[in-house]
Amino acid sequence: MYTLNAMPAIKTQKKAAEKEASVYSSALQIQLYTAMLRIRLFEEKIVALYPEQEMKCPVHLCIGQEAIAAGICANLEKRDYVFSNHRGHGHSLAKGAGMKPLMAEFYGKATGCSKGKGGSMHIVDVPNGLLGTSAIVGGGIPMAVGSALASKIRGEQSITAVFFGDGAFEEGAFYESFNFAALKRLPVIFVCENNFYATNSHQRARQFACKISSSAVAFDAPGVCIDGNDVLSAYKAGKDAAQRARNNGGPTLIEATTYRWKGHVGPDTDHEKGCRPKDELLEWVKKCPIGRFEKHLLETGILDANALIAITGEINSEVDDAVKFAKESPYPDVSELLTQVYSD
Amino acid sequence: MAKLNIVQAINSALKNEMKRNSDVVLLGEDIGRDGGVFRVTEGLLEIFGPERVIDTPLAELGIIGSAIGMAAYGLKPVAEIQFMAFSYAGLEQIFSHAGRIRSRSRGRFTCPIVVRMPYGIGIKAPELHSESAEALFCHMPGIKVVVPSSPYNAKGLLTSALRDPDPVIFLEPSRLYRSIKTDVPDEDYAIPLGKAAIYQEGKDITVVAWGAMLHRAAEASAGFDAEIIDLMTLKPFDEEAILNSVRKTGRLVIAHEATRSGGLGAEIAALVAEEAVMHLKAPVIRVAGPEAVTPMAKLEDAYMPQIDRIRKAFATVMEF
Repeated sequence: MYTLNAMPAIKTQKKAAEKEASVYSSALQIQLYTAMLRIRLFEEKIVALYPEQEMKCPVHLCIGQEAIAAGICANLEKRDYVFSNHRGHGHSLAKGAGMKPLMAEFYGKATGCSKGKGGSMHIVDVPNGLLGTSAIVGGGIPMAVGSALASKIRGEQSITAVFFGDGAFEEGAFYESFNFAALKRLPVIFVCENNFYATNSHQRARQFACKISSSAVAFDAPGVCIDGNDVLSAYKAGKDAAQRARNNGGPTLIEATTYRWKGHVGPDTDHEKGCRPKDELLEWVKKCPIGRFEKHLLETGILDANALIAITGEINSEVDDAVKFAKESPYPDVSELLTQVYSD
Repeated sequence: MAKLNIVQAINSALKNEMKRNSDVVLLGEDIGRDGGVFRVTEGLLEIFGPERVIDTPLAELGIIGSAIGMAAYGLKPVAEIQFMAFSYAGLEQIFSHAGRIRSRSRGRFTCPIVVRMPYGIGIKAPELHSESAEALFCHMPGIKVVVPSSPYNAKGLLTSALRDPDPVIFLEPSRLYRSIKTDVPDEDYAIPLGKAAIYQEGKDITVVAWGAMLHRAAEASAGFDAEIIDLMTLKPFDEEAILNSVRKTGRLVIAHEATRSGGLGAEIAALVAEEAVMHLKAPVIRVAGPEAVTPMAKLEDAYMPQIDRIRKAFATVMEF
């Protein structure tokens, strides 16, 4: 199995994070836990229902990566913006999107957040500041910079966060955008979720240095590498970056190492297809962001077993309601095909 | 009313609209202090300041993508790309996002950007400085494509583009930038997108052209009773104007400098074949650029359809 370079860093950061935990309020820690669990249970339901073949779109699941979306988005206000990618369910939920319109979208229903025409990869939720996800790797990065530039021009307080993967780090869009953001000191947070794989290619087969966060040095901007499976690390990094953005300090690059438990697309695991080693998955399952945090909450007495059961139960009913809503919703009319191409 | 060239007319449209609408923001390489490669934005930095006339890094994809994000936020960004072929590095953002955001969000948010770029041969610079790839943009849904042919319509069309709710690719014929001057009102006025203009009325041949080729087609029409249509908006183009004219004349010649295969002329010919074939008295002829890369200056004239080639097409449809 692979020895991932991020591991030594994770150990030292873990200790720091434990120290850090004591400074965060119980309410905040419960909020972070709930945000992660909502993503996990929402996506596990997709896994369970996908074989029914009623969900008519490819799904890119982020099970195992929930801490990053939860930790970063906890620092964003409703007025702030998020751009995301093809693996965007977690970012959407963490930014405040409702489960019902999301789930309905996957079923291609008229009540979906994109009226059943965008699917899992094209999620938009304007009132909650989710300005778009798309299938093009790196496609959202320049847009996020534009959004931050617009906010600065208007003298408004909104900041923008953009989530992308280690594959998008290889796209030219990243460099063009980061340079412009650094030049103009724009209020934008670049969040690279490094799950070490672009589809099935390991980072080491694609990048010589494997030091994504270090690239910020070229732009004289802060770059940090965090344990992306530690929600408090993600929260802390997001907090620092958001403060910097709000105080005219320019962009930050956060590289958050993590692991995608499921395949690049679909509900299956990769070792079943021989794409990635099973041992590697099992190692990362041990570092489950939710399990780790749950243990911490129990040990510190922030939550007890009954409280965990109650939270899980509430989320499960929310997920069930979303599925019911999605299944019972109507499909869009065929006439919808020709609408919204142009303004008229 | 002043006599202006196209560069000045576009500058005037930008200036007026920036005064009228504080959301209009320009961005591009060297557009501020330098006024742009062709000096189209000259003087605007001094009036509107660096927050609204933004010099960007050399990054076409970044420029266009940033413009899309600014539009998503609620501004009206106008990106300048130095030459049409330089936009190829940014096509991903135009094709994959600008043209689809309205559809993707079912109208919840839109992408009202304008991307301006000089196009076409005529400045004695080869290939990537002289492209006519308008058909590429016309092929993709959700995008509008506009080409002016005079200072007067450049100002009016750009004003409309700046007020349009959809992404507009505004192609400026570099050959014409400073070669014609016409009366252009100081105040702002809008020429609607999607409508063609009858540049010259006639009874025998319908000629469809745009940009620099319009003037060449007009010159070629001496001695023929040709009705010349200035298409102006290439996507979505004015089908009725073309069909009405062909129903009257029974003959159609389309002249464009872009390569013939897959060019917009094919689309226009197909429209007439589908909707007005019984009115035709002669086969449709396309006079177009050759299947070749735009050449160095010495061969430029041989590349761009010449007056005699257009006249030959007119004679052929008349003699059929």
